[in-house]
Amino acid sequence: MKADIVIVGGGPAGLASAIAAAKEDSTLDILILERDHELGGILNQCIHNGFGLHTFNEELTGPEYAARFEEQLDGLGIRYMLDTMVLDVDSSAVTAVNSNEGVFTVECGAIVLCMGCRERPRGALNIPGLRPAGVFTAGTAQRLVNIEGYMPGREVVILGSGDIGLIMARRMTLEGAKVKAVCELMPYSGGLKRNIVQCLDDFDIPLLLSHTVIDIKGKERVTSVVIAEVDDHSKPIPGTEQEIACDTLLLSCGLIPENELSREAGVAINPATNGPVVNESFETSIPGVFACGNVLHVHDLVDYVSEESGRAGRSAARYVKNKGNGGGPVIQVKNGSGVRYTVPSTVRVNELDGDLVIRFRSGNVYKDSYIDVTFDGGSKLHRRKPIITPGEMEQVILKKEDLDPAPSEILIKITEN
Amino acid sequence: MDNSFDVIIIGAGVTGCAIARELSRYDCSVLVIEKDEDVCCGTSKANSGLVHAGYDAKPGSLKAKMNIRGNELMTALCEELYIPFKRIGSLVVCTDEANRAGIEDLYARGITNEVPDMRILEADEVREIEPNISDDVVCALYAPTAGVICPFRLNIALGECAEQNGVEFMFDTKVTDIRRTANGWSVVTDKDTFITRAVVNAAGCHADELHNLVSDKKYHITARRGDYMLLDRSLDGFVKHIIFPQPTKMGKGILVTPTVHGNTLIGPTAVDTDDKDEAPVTADGLVKVQEGAAKNVKGLPIKQVITGFSGLRAHEDGGEFILEEAEGCPGFFDCVGIESPGLTGCPAVGEYMAEMISGKLSLKLKDTWNGICKDVVRPFELSSEDREKLIKENPEFGRIICRCETITEGEIIDSIRRPLGARSLDGVKRRTRAGMGRCQGGFCSPRVMEILSRELGLPLDEITKSGGDSKIVIGRTKDEG
Repeated sequence: MKADIVIVGGGPAGLASAIAAAKEDSTLDILILERDHELGGILNQCIHNGFGLHTFNEELTGPEYAARFEEQLDGLGIRYMLDTMVLDVDSSAVTAVNSNEGVFTVECGAIVLCMGCRERPRGALNIPGLRPAGVFTAGTAQRLVNIEGYMPGREVVILGSGDIGLIMARRMTLEGAKVKAVCELMPYSGGLKRNIVQCLDDFDIPLLLSHTVIDIKGKERVTSVVIAEVDDHSKPIPGTEQEIACDTLLLSCGLIPENELSREAGVAINPATNGPVVNESFETSIPGVFACGNVLHVHDLVDYVSEESGRAGRSAARYVKNKGNGGGPVIQVKNGSGVRYTVPSTVRVNELDGDLVIRFRSGNVYKDSYIDVTFDGGSKLHRRKPIITPGEMEQVILKKEDLDPAPSEILIKITEN
Repeated sequence: MDNSFDVIIIGAGVTGCAIARELSRYDCSVLVIEKDEDVCCGTSKANSGLVHAGYDAKPGSLKAKMNIRGNELMTALCEELYIPFKRIGSLVVCTDEANRAGIEDLYARGITNEVPDMRILEADEVREIEPNISDDVVCALYAPTAGVICPFRLNIALGECAEQNGVEFMFDTKVTDIRRTANGWSVVTDKDTFITRAVVNAAGCHADELHNLVSDKKYHITARRGDYMLLDRSLDGFVKHIIFPQPTKMGKGILVTPTVHGNTLIGPTAVDTDDKDEAPVTADGLVKVQEGAAKNVKGLPIKQVITGFSGLRAHEDGGEFILEEAEGCPGFFDCVGIESPGLTGCPAVGEYMAEMISGKLSLKLKDTWNGICKDVVRPFELSSEDREKLIKENPEFGRIICRCETITEGEIIDSIRRPLGARSLDGVKRRTRAGMGRCQGGFCSPRVMEILSRELGLPLDEITKSGGDSKIVIGRTKDEG
């Protein structure tokens, strides 16, 4: 089998990159390989609204947002295969399996990795206790409720204040369950402020910061969990234990980009994001292999996924035609104090299509601080922000003309007042 | 069901199932009674998954005999029953010159026990075959006949093979009393009462209680809990052998080993506990596991943990396997105190007990007996030609359900439909590995639930994690009424 571009994953990143690539060059043969029964990825189970404010200037549900992209595929001649699991990726071929074709290989000119992310499971959190039924990651519970139409439980404690956990606190409450508490290990929430207000505060669900679950009880089904306050080193403080009767524990403790295929292909991974190291075109360390969406770094807004993926798709289309860069200056993008990572890591100025958007996350909560951008040590931008938190992605946008002449290094850091 | 049997085996763990398979060679009726919903639900489900070489056990003890014989039998058994097994060898690591004598003692004990091919390796030799060994290594006892096995497949396959040769199984059935009758025993359960000529007590941590119902010579089992951590398969090759510290009286200590499926396993702790049925993982235990592993292996990427679990060992006060007809109780056969090396020893225990029982009951061998039992069909272990043919004939073998372990719908269906088939998420997991990978069932469990529901003809809200009241969902959402 052959295609010009193979896109691994038909969620929001895969859809946006496929469409952008097709619009960049309508002659390209583009194939999306999706492992689930339908396109749309995790959007299908996100039936709440709030998607698309940046992209479409309206509030859509997840399935509606996905549909805006899916309905463009046929017109653009983009092919897709469902229930198809990619097994192996190398620089010019993708091997996959499905019921109709068996195991098959698609030779291609470019690959866009759009595998998304998975939730950190209980086992990776080292939560002590028994292992009864009733412990779910928030996303699994969301699928059970919103897709399958079943209730995971009646009395719920949520560990972790990631956005899916917050959304599920509201969903479970609306479905008649009692959400007794959301515990967050850190002294700040991992989710968006708007979700804390709309999903917890509006329903009087307590958010217990600096708290964790230290025991799970119940032999067959969860009967209670024990929570405790933690100190500055995240260790439970003796005497603060509190047992909460419940039949369900939901976990929303972080998302992990699914880069097993990327790693096996030899793509360089940034340990801070657990995603590939990419340049301005979202191209990984392997020429012709691009990455975007949550497989690259975990986003809090799908609109940013779509925007980045558009750039990745256009870059892939251009790569198929031109085989990449014609030289010119390369800028290293570095993260300084308070900044955990940046995407991209390098910028080839000649390859930029428009402004340079650098996205990053902070490693802590900063109030009344400054985002500082320096070019080879000289200040380029000094912008005050009332609040910067790890739960909300930050960005700086640099005009292409500002990069002429190109510095050899751009440093982004947070300066406290 | 006729309520009368020649032999009733209590317990469908690895010991009970090994005896069941051996007895199925004879012309007799055998019933296995199990309190849980499946085979492999007690001590057999949570252990190190090792086949020990046999230098640990006290020379002349039944533990030593069963270990050595079990190790010998394992290769052929694994071929007959399609059990994943790799003889990767073990290292008992000495990290303090002052303790070298302990390694030499262990070597000498191994020689007495007739463990083949052991050698004491000096530090450089150890580093050569095990690059991530602690810098403190002084020497190590190397035993090439030790190996790693899939404990689930071992237990399940022994049960399946017994069943295919006529052994009956009753699950979710708890023995409440055992009474002497004129010609044997009456076994009272929470479901029904059964009559039998012989009882085999293979009840793991509860074997003392069953024994004490009938015999004046009392036994006492302590459940000894052990916490483990399982690391991601991406670390495959981080260690290449089973790496033990030097043993203590509480056991073989915290080991680091690849599993037969390429994960890295560390543990167990050893803490005596009152609860013989459930073993919670403890925060303290997880810390001890990490500390213990770090003593012998450097730079272990502990952040790659995918799950922690805890198992129980059935430790009898005498510290020895008790494999005998209970004193003053003709026809009541004990398998008491089966802790390590119980997994290794199970083929030998099966052979030993079946010989004892068949002798006492004067059982005759059947004319035909089928000792072969194939595993779930695994498309990604076939040649590409065979796999493509399989997928063409059965398209469900091309549909991946568990992404992390690459398990297809076909394998899950097979695990449910086969003899002693899976009836819960954990049952499917132990038979196929679906849900055992890095996402721990986050993606596949709703889909496995659907397949179970369809195959078993049960509504989704009746599907359990592991039988009993371990239901996963509690009913429909409001909208669905």
